Amino acid sequence: MTLVQFLLLSSLLFSLGVYGLLARRNAVMILLSVELMLNAVNLNLVAFEAWIRDAFATGNVFAIFMITVAAAEVGIGLAIVILIFRNRATANVDDFELMRG
Amino acid sequence: MGSLTRLGMFLAEEGGEHGGGGVEAGITSGWAVENVWLILVLPFVAALLIVFLGKANEKWGHRLAIAMMGYVFFHGTWLWILTMTDGVLYEASYVIGDLGSGFAFELGWVVDGLSSMMFFVVGTVALLVYIYAVGYMKGEIRYAGFFSAISLFAGAMLVLVAAPNLVQLIIGWELVGVASYLLIGHYWEEKENSSAGMKAFYVNKVADVGLILGAIMLSASVGTFNITGILDAAEEGAGELSSVAVVGALLLFFGAMGKSAQFPLHVWLPDAMAGPTPVSALMHAATMVTAGVYLLGRMFPLYEGLAADARPWIMLIGGLTLFLTGLIALVQWDLKKILAYSTLSQLGYMVLAMGAGAYTAGLFHLFTHAFFKALLFLGAGSVIHAVHSNDMRDMGGMRKPMPITYWTFVIGSLALAGIPPLAGFFSKDEILAGLTHAEGPSTAMVLGIGIDTFFFWTAVFGAAITAFYMTRAVFLTFHGEYKGHGHPHESPASMSAPLVVLGVFSVGAGFLNVPGVFTGMTKWLEIRANEFYEFHPESLDLGVALTGLTAGVVGIAIGWWLFARDADTQAERDRLHIPGLYPLLENKYYLDDFYLAIVAFIKGPLARFIDWFNGHVIDAVINGAGLVGVWLGRAVYGVDQKGIDAAVNGLAGAAGASGAVFRRAQTGRVQQYAAAFILGVVVLVISFVFVL
Amino acid sequence: MDFWDDGLGLSLTIFVPLIGALLVGFTSKKNEEPAKWLSLLTALVTLGITIAAALAFDYDAAASFQFGTDLEWIPGIDASYQIGIDGISLPMLVLSAFVTVLAIIYSWNHWDEPKNPKAFLILILVLAAGMNGTFVALDLILFFIFFEVVLLPMYFMIGIWGDTSEKKIPVFNRVTEMRLYASIKFFVFTFFGSAFMLLGFLALYFNSDPATFSIPDLIEQAPALGALPFAGWIFAGLALGFAVKVPMWPLHTWLPDAHTAAPTVGSVLLAAILLKLGSYGFIRIAIPVLPEQAKLWAPAIAVLSVIGIIYGSLACLAQQDMKRLIAFSSVGHMGFVMLGISTMTDIGINASIIGMVAHGVITGLLFFLAGSMHHRYHTRDMERLGGNLALMPRLGWILSFTAMASLGLPGLAGFWGEFGSMLAAYNPLEGLDEGLFRGAMVTAAIGTVLTAGYLLWMLQKVNLGKPSAEWEGHEFHDADGFEMAAWVPLLISIVALGVYPKLVFGATTPAVTELVAKAFGG
Repeated sequence: MTLVQFLLLSSLLFSLGVYGLLARRNAVMILLSVELMLNAVNLNLVAFEAWIRDAFATGNVFAIFMITVAAAEVGIGLAIVILIFRNRATANVDDFELMRG
Repeated sequence: MGSLTRLGMFLAEEGGEHGGGGVEAGITSGWAVENVWLILVLPFVAALLIVFLGKANEKWGHRLAIAMMGYVFFHGTWLWILTMTDGVLYEASYVIGDLGSGFAFELGWVVDGLSSMMFFVVGTVALLVYIYAVGYMKGEIRYAGFFSAISLFAGAMLVLVAAPNLVQLIIGWELVGVASYLLIGHYWEEKENSSAGMKAFYVNKVADVGLILGAIMLSASVGTFNITGILDAAEEGAGELSSVAVVGALLLFFGAMGKSAQFPLHVWLPDAMAGPTPVSALMHAATMVTAGVYLLGRMFPLYEGLAADARPWIMLIGGLTLFLTGLIALVQWDLKKILAYSTLSQLGYMVLAMGAGAYTAGLFHLFTHAFFKALLFLGAGSVIHAVHSNDMRDMGGMRKPMPITYWTFVIGSLALAGIPPLAGFFSKDEILAGLTHAEGPSTAMVLGIGIDTFFFWTAVFGAAITAFYMTRAVFLTFHGEYKGHGHPHESPASMSAPLVVLGVFSVGAGFLNVPGVFTGMTKWLEIRANEFYEFHPESLDLGVALTGLTAGVVGIAIGWWLFARDADTQAERDRLHIPGLYPLLENKYYLDDFYLAIVAFIKGPLARFIDWFNGHVIDAVINGAGLVGVWLGRAVYGVDQKGIDAAVNGLAGAAGASGAVFRRAQTGRVQQYAAAFILGVVVLVISFVFVL
Repeated sequence: MDFWDDGLGLSLTIFVPLIGALLVGFTSKKNEEPAKWLSLLTALVTLGITIAAALAFDYDAAASFQFGTDLEWIPGIDASYQIGIDGISLPMLVLSAFVTVLAIIYSWNHWDEPKNPKAFLILILVLAAGMNGTFVALDLILFFIFFEVVLLPMYFMIGIWGDTSEKKIPVFNRVTEMRLYASIKFFVFTFFGSAFMLLGFLALYFNSDPATFSIPDLIEQAPALGALPFAGWIFAGLALGFAVKVPMWPLHTWLPDAHTAAPTVGSVLLAAILLKLGSYGFIRIAIPVLPEQAKLWAPAIAVLSVIGIIYGSLACLAQQDMKRLIAFSSVGHMGFVMLGISTMTDIGINASIIGMVAHGVITGLLFFLAGSMHHRYHTRDMERLGGNLALMPRLGWILSFTAMASLGLPGLAGFWGEFGSMLAAYNPLEGLDEGLFRGAMVTAAIGTVLTAGYLLWMLQKVNLGKPSAEWEGHEFHDADGFEMAAWVPLLISIVALGVYPKLVFGATTPAVTELVAKAFGG
């Protein structure tokens, strides 16, 4: 197993996330895509931690920190989506253009 | 024959040099001389009271005026008697305003031989004229107003006569002019009359320029308005005065030419006949026209000494006047106008005498003339009152219905013609004698002979003319057949009584100065504060007297021959048709036309040009400036609206327009933003990796 | 505290009319009686104060400023509330208060359209405050303010109560109401001059050391100010401002229009007082502060003055409109006043002051008369008038009398000014060109003849002769009580000044002598 294999997997997951972020129309799916991108980064951090160890285990610590933040993010994000859905009866982001100039 | 006699003042040692006894002023104070202000003020009081009396003045107006003038007569006569007995010399001045630099305006009075003679003449003639006017003006329009104006007239003349300084003299001088304007234009409903009044005032106003400028010149050079002061300076002959004396004296004389109606400023006087006859009488006898001669007399020490070079000019004007105006009288049909032109002619005599240096002669003629000319005018008025016409062609044969008028008129005419022993003979003789001795600087030449000789013969010829036209007037008016309508009758006593009194004066006044016998007039008139030299004959010069008398007799004889025989048909053929001369005389030498042309030019084209200039040149500049302002304003407004605002609005517009473009990027779709973001990241990564 | 101490009395001459104007503002518009009585009372009180001032005045010290005060006012620009009167301003102050009273009396039942007595009276009172203020002010800024304050009421008087007849305005080629044209012309013209005058004031301020607007202080500094290289231009600026107001030829053209268009009372106040502000300014400020420059400009002033005399008289001869004729006569009469001033001698300045007073009463009265005649005939066209003396004897005789006074008849007020000016022109201040001034004297004398000409001609046209058929059957009311009440005091003063000019000379002579001595070294 080499570090490169982990990095390739991570890139693949991140790209999938980006694709999902741009392509999906459902707000929940977009949220999941963001999660996917976050976890791709986590994988990256953990892989570097395994190969380049340091005294503080920086990579692992950051990964755990990001998981925590992501959990909060999903919580808030879903709450927003639910509220929007309640008001507009849709979760399609194409319909959300209140900020159009 | 006469000699140059040193006269003046009242100093006995000076006066002893001539035959009539010493000139002395015994009276230099006392109630009579210290209260002359009464003479000056009372006529004005009368004039004012009559104006404010209202309704009552129709009844009381003339009485008030006569009462006041009666006092003036009384006081004037008193002063004259004092002069004749003791001699009077007094001067009082009261400051009414201080102008600075030592000049003060003063009012006051001078009592000396000259002024007390005038007080007497004015008082006497005015009182008689007033009494006469009561009858003459009865029932006329503005009866009381007439007495108010005539009181103003007499009062102004008295102010003039009493003047101790040139300013007061000017005040009286011009007030006389105004009063004459009021009186001549008494019947102002007719334009002709108001024009005559205006003409009198206006011609005098022109002449007054000379008086005022002359007064300013002399006063400013000496530093005082006081006449005695100026004459004192003239006597010393030094200082600034000597350089302006002649010009100043000529300017004063120009003023005198207006009032005393000297050629060519005489034109107002014949027209002044438009006024009621009593006015003519007063104006021609005692007031107004005598003012000029009086001024020459008052300033005589100046003319005699420092300004002697002015005298030939004075002689010239006087001589021209006496000759030219006498000729005009020949062709007149209006009785009053004949008298008017004869007045002009006589004034010419007086001025000629003053110019020749014959002080007493000129003033003596003024004195006698005042009486017989007043008599003639009042007599003429009496006739006019009876026939309601001025024209001699409506008269004739008045001798029978109006005996008093006739005889007094004849006396007046003979006096005027210079027939002894009437007053005119003595005074005219004195002038002629003076002309034979016009010594001093009067050596100018006229037509190759000495000016004195030339004007001596002019005066003699003038005397003949005078006698001739007066004879004509008497015959056409009083003899022959009555040619008018209505029934003439003798005038009431209030009119005929003054005639008789004046007749007595006309007979007797001449005896006050008979050379060699009794020269009272000479002595009295020389009671002055300033010394001067004058010529006066010490005995009657028979040659001169006979020449003058012959001239008068010849004139009367021709008149008799021409008019006495068939006076009733004279009207048809009385035309001295001398080709060329007649139209010239009838048109009064075209002087009136000449003046009218000047006035018409000033009043017409010149005034209109100035008005046009004001409206179309000066105002055009002003309005033009305003218009330029408006244009500038518009231009600035244009720049403001189209320039500055455009820039500001343009900026805003550009912002708006660009906003309209860029807003399209703001779709509000987060995914698109994200896509752009990622695209950007990709571009950055590629550029970092490959370019840098 | 004494009434005259600390400028109290003099201040009242300014503030009483102002307060009066304010109070009149509170009166009812429907009932005009209170407004009238209140204004009359105000004007009478003001007149009373000025007369009291004339009585309390120390004539032995007429050359010094009396009854004055000097209070700090706008310290930032050193402007102070400095007032006081001397023998020169005293007659002008009395005249101003006097004419104001008469104007109000005359107004009593003579209201020009559109009536509104309340507003008109307020304007008169404000005008009075401005006029009185100008005559007592001794500070340039204060003077300037009062000098300008008078413009506004007069502007409104002409613009609102003025002549509504229409006239084609040259150059503009537009038909406009006379009152509009005249009021704007009056205002702009005068203001134009004032701008230069203010520049002159500022130049004096910045070049004085210590910097001051006080006229007496500036007079003390006269030698230093006169030495300034551009002092001549300062004088020219001041002179321009004053000359417009006088008015001197050729800056006079606002005057005939303003007079002709103004309501009667406006004309009277304009002629009687406002014109004098200009000539007063020359005597009070321009000459004593910059004597050398005044001397330099004197020949020019003299020449313009005599041009004004001749020109004004000739223009009069061409008029058909009686009021316009009287207006033009002011140009000539003020020419005499300016001729007197231009000689820079005590005689000349003295003569010019009595000339101003005389012109005030005489021409003021003439405008009253012209107004009353217009009121009755509804025309001022002299071709149509005639026989006035027969129709209205009282009015006619007063008109004749006043015309005689106006032509400078000796024994009446107008003579002294003319005679004195000519006398002074014969011997102007040493150093001035005698020939030029004597020429001016002769020209002025010819001017008196022309003056007599147009006045006599006017009398003949208007007063004498038979009334034309146009007026047959008309019922004319001769002068009424209010008119007589306004005119008789003027008639009396014309005679009084004529017989006893010391009424003016008594105050002015010491002051003028001192002024000339100070300015030109004796």
